[in-house]
Amino acid sequence: MTKQTLVVIGNGMVGHHFLETLAGSDVRDRYEIVTFCEEPRLAYDRVHLSAYFSGKTAADLSLVQSGFYEQHGITVHVGDKAVAIDRDRRTVTSEKGIEIGYDRLVLATGSYPFVPPIPGHERKGCLVYRTIEDLEQIVAAAQTATIGAVVGGGLLGLEAAKALKDLGLDTHVVEFAPRLMAVQIDEGGGAMLRHKIEALGVQVHTGKNTTNIGDGDERRHKMQFADGEELETDIILFSAGIRPRDELARAAGLETGPRGGIVIDNQCRTSDDAIHAIGECALWNERIFGLVAPGYQMARTVVERLAGKESQFTGADMSTKLKLMGVDVASIGDAHARTPGARCYTYQNEPRELYKKMVVSADGKQLLGAVLVGDAAEYDTLLQYCLNGIELPIDPDSLILPQRDGSAGFGLGPDALPDSAQICSCYSVSKGRICEAIDAGCSDLFALKAETSASTGCGGCAALLKSVLDSELAKRGLEVNTDICEHFPYTRQDLYHLVRVNDIRSFDELIEQHGRGLGCDICKPAVASILAACWNDYVLNDEHAGLQDTNDHALANMQKNGTYSIVPRVPGGEITPDQMIAMAEVAKKYNLYTKITGAQRIDLFGARLEQLPDIWKELIDAGLESGHAYAKALRTVKSCVGSTWCRYGVDDSVGLAIELENRYKGLRAPHKLKMAVSGCTRECAEAQGKDVGVIATENGWNLYVCGNGGMKPRHADLFATDLDRETLIRYIDRFFMFYIKTADRLQRTSVWMENLEGGLDYLKSVIIDDRLGICAELEQQMAAIIGTYQCEWKTTISDESKRKRFRHFINSDLPDSNIVFVDERGQIRPTREEERKHIRVAVVG
Amino acid sequence: MKNVNAAKQNREGQWVDVCAVEELPPNSGVCALVADSQVAVFYLTKDKTIYAVDNYDPFSKANVLSRGIIGDVKGEVVVASPIYKQHFSLKSGQCLEDASVRIATYPVRVVGDRVQLGHREAVGQPFCRR
Repeated sequence: MTKQTLVVIGNGMVGHHFLETLAGSDVRDRYEIVTFCEEPRLAYDRVHLSAYFSGKTAADLSLVQSGFYEQHGITVHVGDKAVAIDRDRRTVTSEKGIEIGYDRLVLATGSYPFVPPIPGHERKGCLVYRTIEDLEQIVAAAQTATIGAVVGGGLLGLEAAKALKDLGLDTHVVEFAPRLMAVQIDEGGGAMLRHKIEALGVQVHTGKNTTNIGDGDERRHKMQFADGEELETDIILFSAGIRPRDELARAAGLETGPRGGIVIDNQCRTSDDAIHAIGECALWNERIFGLVAPGYQMARTVVERLAGKESQFTGADMSTKLKLMGVDVASIGDAHARTPGARCYTYQNEPRELYKKMVVSADGKQLLGAVLVGDAAEYDTLLQYCLNGIELPIDPDSLILPQRDGSAGFGLGPDALPDSAQICSCYSVSKGRICEAIDAGCSDLFALKAETSASTGCGGCAALLKSVLDSELAKRGLEVNTDICEHFPYTRQDLYHLVRVNDIRSFDELIEQHGRGLGCDICKPAVASILAACWNDYVLNDEHAGLQDTNDHALANMQKNGTYSIVPRVPGGEITPDQMIAMAEVAKKYNLYTKITGAQRIDLFGARLEQLPDIWKELIDAGLESGHAYAKALRTVKSCVGSTWCRYGVDDSVGLAIELENRYKGLRAPHKLKMAVSGCTRECAEAQGKDVGVIATENGWNLYVCGNGGMKPRHADLFATDLDRETLIRYIDRFFMFYIKTADRLQRTSVWMENLEGGLDYLKSVIIDDRLGICAELEQQMAAIIGTYQCEWKTTISDESKRKRFRHFINSDLPDSNIVFVDERGQIRPTREEERKHIRVAVVG
Repeated sequence: MKNVNAAKQNREGQWVDVCAVEELPPNSGVCALVADSQVAVFYLTKDKTIYAVDNYDPFSKANVLSRGIIGDVKGEVVVASPIYKQHFSLKSGQCLEDASVRIATYPVRVVGDRVQLGHREAVGQPFCRR
């Protein structure tokens, strides 16, 4: 079958989502796919654009996985704009002169920011907020500015105001309507929102009609308003709504709306059957949808139509929940009570700055809409009532009133939701789809997100998703057994708590009081780690030695032939020539294979068990100490050379790395911990790939958490900015102890955080705002561990009875004759199996 | 290879003296050389029993089982290989993950304060209750 050509114009969020959905569908192979992208980069996350100002890069915001288009054979013309459609010849022509014939054409041209035609709007320093290029211009303009004004107090306008605030400007919001977010929220909610935003230092001017922009007396511009007032500012950001990009369609003679927008039907077809339009450029039922979720729905509708399914786009719910400058705001359905007969319940709490309103039907049985400001915890429940037409309780206001008797309130249990209930609106995932995934074996949030994409868009449904998961698992009698193993009916977190609270000092004590049987290779190392994190005893004490996993057991890393590798600590990667000579001498004397590790250290391979104490004696005499490469513990704090030598460095990354490594060395954790410190934003130490990463800024240190390399790499999240050294260390102390206290066994910080309900924001509230009131305790526990650090190898070699553990035979001083090396590139390596057949091995079991 | 234990073999011929009981670390393992065999010897304090099996791990082909963690899987006393973590019954040598794999066991006895091992796969007590 010859392939048809499908051309997509526009590679924004919706255009990309369309391609992603198409690539994953059955009909993908029917098409040769070509897409034009006007911007110089592939699709990125415009919803979280303001994250660019709090440390995210353009690469972080990208929505396109590296190699995705190549892998799916999709041709992309980046930085090349489609300029004409010839419907008779069915061709698209680009700015760079490419002409492509199409069988199907999808317009995903998006929208542009509306700039009101105020005299002076084209002056230098008058900017808009939509693309990464816009952001770059804003950043550049902000460098010489002290005051910034945003024209438009809607959702995007407030996002833009946050950006100006993050850039350190005195920020003003100028809104034509009498209140903020006039489309989504009512007067009461708007007043509360204004109050809260002003408390954050943003000045709000409502009911202001800008009539002219001219030269300022003090600042660059002067804005004049219809009421005679004036505002002087250096930057003006227009964020007064969007307009569909329909110029191509218009020129091609497609039907457009009187106020713009490409007219589409329920199949997202334009007036030309071969051409579809999706996203913000499309006009459905005289409406433009300026949110990403409806755009995604349109994209899916087109893909399903191509696959011959009876899919239709029949409008979209415009409910939203978001955090504006840290303020929770939500709007559901008919927020303005425009439905005839609608009645309202309002709860207002001025001291706590809360505003909640429910709009119900005349008979009081259905929820029509809601507004929440200050706290949007009820959003999920209210939205489900509204979307699914679930009958309200007899006292509907119980849904928004605070529960003072300690009860959980009238939240809608996940059981009450029908299978059709949409849990994730970004990816249109229903409860039914989630149940299917659970039936197919997804038993945790992590797996469920990977399988269904639910909660991977805006993340607003995370709590709801979790409660559906828990309830469904319980229903299947499959409530995931979170017991650590058959010997303890507890999670790792429970065991940690038991050990701490009951002052338990040994595995025997713990299993006798709280477990059964003998224990195993799962619970023993886990308990050994917990005991070490609580009491920090020497790990090879008689009562602990038998608990230690393979590597801890010999304080070295066991390799495939039963020999060990040795990694002395090299804090921050700084090493003296004498230390290098000492290591080289040991390596030479014991004929060890040497390799530089990925963590700025030196690994010595091929040591036999009985050689370890002698080798360490020599290393310790040379001033080296254990590197804990064998332990689930802090490994290393990688660093770049920093401001001491580097022309670009802004702070002493090596000095901080050494301080941090010496502070946390030996700290036992549920999994290994890696850290890094970079001396500037060039990030040569790759701090964003570590559990804890620190990057120097002009004003202090930025702290990143929960990154890792390995099998599933994950970039760390920006946790706090411009910290002084003391605060930085305090946050890291708390972060590590909270992780040690609450993570599952062998759970890296990334997975741990992703499974925390509330994720990064929750973690910030615990570590920075001390939401749980445990920070003092965490710091104290960390101080106790730091205060009892010992080099385990130093302790081992100074005790003859401990050294004895390292003999291969208890009744002979002979070495294990099964260990045989051959030479390769001038060093040793273990023999391979086929080589061993030719070498007589005298002692075999 | 010369049998370095020849001198230690006692008059009964079958039994080889390897070490004193107190040299066995509690709930952990050591390796003993018996004739040409490497034997992993484990002392479990809970049932006061000494177990002896091959030290050779047939999966990794390395002599390492004495360095594994001991415990139980559904009541069966086992050692977990320190390399790829398969479990072997300390009573029968049977591998729990692979029915086709079994390691050899050794009879154990305690004479006075000395631990003695019998020959590989010899009929007799695979362990000794003290």
